[in-house]
Amino acid sequence: MFSKFVTIVVIIFFSLISYGQKENMALIKGGVYTPLYGTDSTPVRVENFKIDVYPVTNAEYVQFLKDNPKWRKSNVIALFADDNYMRHFKDDLNLKDNELPDGPMTNVSWFAAKKYCECLGKRLPTLDEWEYVGMADEKRVDARTKEEYNKFILSWYEKPNSYNQKVGSTFKNFWGVYDMHGLVWEWTQDFNSVLITGESRSDVDGGNQNLFCGGAALGSSDLMNYAAFMRYAMRGSLKANYSVRNLGFRCAKSIK
Amino acid sequence: MIDSQIKNGLRRFASFSLLLGAASLFSCSGGSNQEHSTKKMNPEDIKVVSEMMAELTAPPFVPKSTADRAATKLIVHMEILEETGQMADGVDYVYWTFGGTVPGSFIRTKVGDEVEFHLKNHPDNKLPHNIDLHAVTGPGGGAVSSFVAPGREIVFSFKTLKPGLYVYHCATAPVGMHIANGMYGLILVEPEEGLPPVDKEYYVMQGDFYTEGKYGEQGLQAFDMQKAIDEKADYVVFNGKVGALSGEDALTAKVGETVRIFFGNGGPNLVSSFHIIGEIFDRVTVEAGTLVNEDVQTTLVPAGGAAMIEFKVDVPGELVLVDHSIFRAFNKGALGVMNVTGPENPKIYSGTIQEGIYLPEGGTIQSMPVEDKEPAAPVAEKSKAEKMALGKKLYGSTCFACHQANGEGIAGAFPPLAKADYLNADVDRAINIVLRGMSGEIVVNGEKYNSVMTAQNLTDEEVASVMTFVYNSWGNNGTEVTTDMVKKVRSK
Repeated sequence: MFSKFVTIVVIIFFSLISYGQKENMALIKGGVYTPLYGTDSTPVRVENFKIDVYPVTNAEYVQFLKDNPKWRKSNVIALFADDNYMRHFKDDLNLKDNELPDGPMTNVSWFAAKKYCECLGKRLPTLDEWEYVGMADEKRVDARTKEEYNKFILSWYEKPNSYNQKVGSTFKNFWGVYDMHGLVWEWTQDFNSVLITGESRSDVDGGNQNLFCGGAALGSSDLMNYAAFMRYAMRGSLKANYSVRNLGFRCAKSIK
Repeated sequence: MIDSQIKNGLRRFASFSLLLGAASLFSCSGGSNQEHSTKKMNPEDIKVVSEMMAELTAPPFVPKSTADRAATKLIVHMEILEETGQMADGVDYVYWTFGGTVPGSFIRTKVGDEVEFHLKNHPDNKLPHNIDLHAVTGPGGGAVSSFVAPGREIVFSFKTLKPGLYVYHCATAPVGMHIANGMYGLILVEPEEGLPPVDKEYYVMQGDFYTEGKYGEQGLQAFDMQKAIDEKADYVVFNGKVGALSGEDALTAKVGETVRIFFGNGGPNLVSSFHIIGEIFDRVTVEAGTLVNEDVQTTLVPAGGAAMIEFKVDVPGELVLVDHSIFRAFNKGALGVMNVTGPENPKIYSGTIQEGIYLPEGGTIQSMPVEDKEPAAPVAEKSKAEKMALGKKLYGSTCFACHQANGEGIAGAFPPLAKADYLNADVDRAINIVLRGMSGEIVVNGEKYNSVMTAQNLTDEEVASVMTFVYNSWGNNGTEVTTDMVKKVRSK
């Protein structure tokens, strides 16, 4: 599996030449999927939409800062970004020396990420859209039941500090989208629509009964729930002004 | 007849217990009576006037006693770190930790303290975490109030109400995974007068680990969720890794000293049968509650539970800490050493009678299960340097448990390999022992040993490597063992 990634990395090294174009987005054909838990345990319909092929890079974000001085570290309103905002920059427009320009932009608040997308005529993907794209592996729309796929995701969640890689370093999925898993966490528009206290036991039998279904459905081969648990737990720990080293974003667009 | 004897015995026992019970009514100093003492305040009403930073210690050490201070506002700064560490020689693992160690930093409080807890999630961490302290009376033991994203700090406070030794752990989903990666530790709540003074105090915590590769498999080992669900542990260890309490890191005590071990079990799955080979526990707080048991050989410590264990060391030598679910000790790493130094006491231990080592294999030689292997293609002999490197790793996973980190063995139980006359005298005999096992009496460096060693399931190349390593370490004669030499002995 991993040697395949190496090959992919080499291939995309060349394909990166085309990356950076204004509209490097993949078309996602909508469909119905059942989230592990959410507002309802019933299947959710996702409409056709477009999503960025890569997470937004440091270099792209610098361009945004040049055009929008309000969002520079020295100008940003505290309500919209905490002290960790742009912590990997040495000043308003320059990265620290060991940071990669084509690495994913992290240490960025939800407000800033949302603004970035809006300035390009896009928006953040919804949680359902993100999860819908994220369930694909290289070959299938929904690989959530594949053991290898879940093991890969889980092993990534375990490892600290994976942000220091170029975008496109992980695999290209069914939709032609890179880095859904293995690089950084990503903001979604409604990241806090599923309330998780992080106290796993109360999440099980408290207000959110759908979590209980998720937990109760755990069979011995059901690793996928664990991966999702961790994603939802991460999102549940966030507030919109937080900036986190392992948290980046990408943009999406509705199709009219 | 027999029945009536038993009944009489029981009656006598009952009246004896009554006497004991009466006696204890008059002595208020014991921790167990504290709850009932009218002199003591309700812990909830204990006022705190001062404020201090908590001293936190890495295992196996504990902060100093709280006996000589009043209840206070105690400020605890705990940092969560996700980092790679060593599980065994040549085996790495990504640990999630409270304070950079497994188990996490030891927190020492006393009843009535107001603990202001600062939980910090390092910005480089990937995951959100929280903390559930079993010493906390409140929702989730603090977990609800302490959920913290990477790069954030969260503060909550609680009052310590009941004396005891408590486990703390992360309770973020999936909770089992967070615990399995090392997120647990101990918090002590001392009674108002402090625990009775002892000479040495140590902090030891057991945990089970689940790795993608088998025990001893080299390289960075990922966590295996499936094995964890199946409760099939690859490692069961004290203080986070194989050999955390041996060699230079062994615990120490002097003859005549009283030792207290704060023993916890982080789990996530396995219950510990904690035992010290060569020692009887004088006092054990059962499940770290107010009940005290005396003269205990092995105490059961549940996952997510603890015990305070006290004993006086009477004779010099090595005491061996084990989980007496004994395959865990000798095959999965649950082994630690306490070196006791000081004068011999022949009245207690003559030195010629063998220590009561439990031999799980019984009195005859048994072999490790051998997997069917394809006959290997002829391989070029490894260089001596390669053999030394491989041999060192194999030693760490295969031999170390009995023969110890520096080949020093354990007196009376496992013969030494360092400067060992028996080993250096005859290399073929030594190869044969590794291949086929050994039992019966032998004399090594003038000491008699009468133990059992199992036949080892190693390839010829592995045997050559580990024996080359042994022969070229610790003052041995420098023999280089080749694969051919091993083959010859094997075919005999």
